[in-house]
Amino acid sequence: MNAQATTVSQSHSKAGFGIAVFAALIGLAIVSITGHVQASTLHDAAHDVRHATGFPCH
Amino acid sequence: MFTRILTSALFAGAAAGLITALLQLYFVQPVLLHAELYEGGDLVHFGSSSTVSAHQDVSGFEAVRDGLSVVFTMLVYSGYAMVLVALMSQAEERGATINGRTGLMWGVAGFVAVHFAPGFSLAPEVPGVAAADVGDRQIWWFATVLTATLAMWLIAFGKSWTAWGAAAILLLAPHVIGAPEPAVFTGPVPTEIGAHFAARAFGVGMVAWVLLGCLAGYFWQREGTGSANGQAA
Repeated sequence: MNAQATTVSQSHSKAGFGIAVFAALIGLAIVSITGHVQASTLHDAAHDVRHATGFPCH
Repeated sequence: MFTRILTSALFAGAAAGLITALLQLYFVQPVLLHAELYEGGDLVHFGSSSTVSAHQDVSGFEAVRDGLSVVFTMLVYSGYAMVLVALMSQAEERGATINGRTGLMWGVAGFVAVHFAPGFSLAPEVPGVAAADVGDRQIWWFATVLTATLAMWLIAFGKSWTAWGAAAILLLAPHVIGAPEPAVFTGPVPTEIGAHFAARAFGVGMVAWVLLGCLAGYFWQREGTGSANGQAA
């Protein structure tokens, strides 16, 4: 592999890592909002799921 | 690549979430509703003269309540799928094979990290049991899931006893430190219902995660094949 190809592959991999972190953070935010935020409307709507999924509830 | 993660995760999360929601409604929800009869005081069981029947009619479908449960289950597993597929993408860049078959192992690892590890000390709670402050339990829950996830990664991709030793410590630490526990037991729900609920929650959780891992691996591979063809054309 020549030097240029190595650079391209490395920068591609770095961008890929950043995108993966971004996607994982979105996923974490979704799980936190649906499973853990204690606002009463959210809590009531997700109540049964939180219990069944083993999240701390109440 | 973001589109590939998003598409695979949403397909896998929605499908696994829907199946999980139906399993929960059939197997877990009746146990939960039974417990709520004790939580609300409709039934009281303690005392040697107790004659409360162990069989209560808790069947029936509540459109709004159960509909919300289906939507939220699909959301939760879509969220998990985003994290799972993001990790899969990084593993693939380091040479791992990701498909439906290897996804099964990812699913088992996910179940251990996210459901079984925290549940080992903080068992899935039926409504009406005594528990410590919810904020404290959430901090412990997130810390345990994080350390267990790191541990599963080290077990799968570590190449030395140092990595595997660190994984064992990460798995053990939250339980040696201990989960937040209530000062006194005040729960009015029979222990039989609590145990039944925990077992059912773990069982459905395991099915959910194995499905999620398998589907995430399958869609990740399929979306990749599609885009590779697209680039070649």
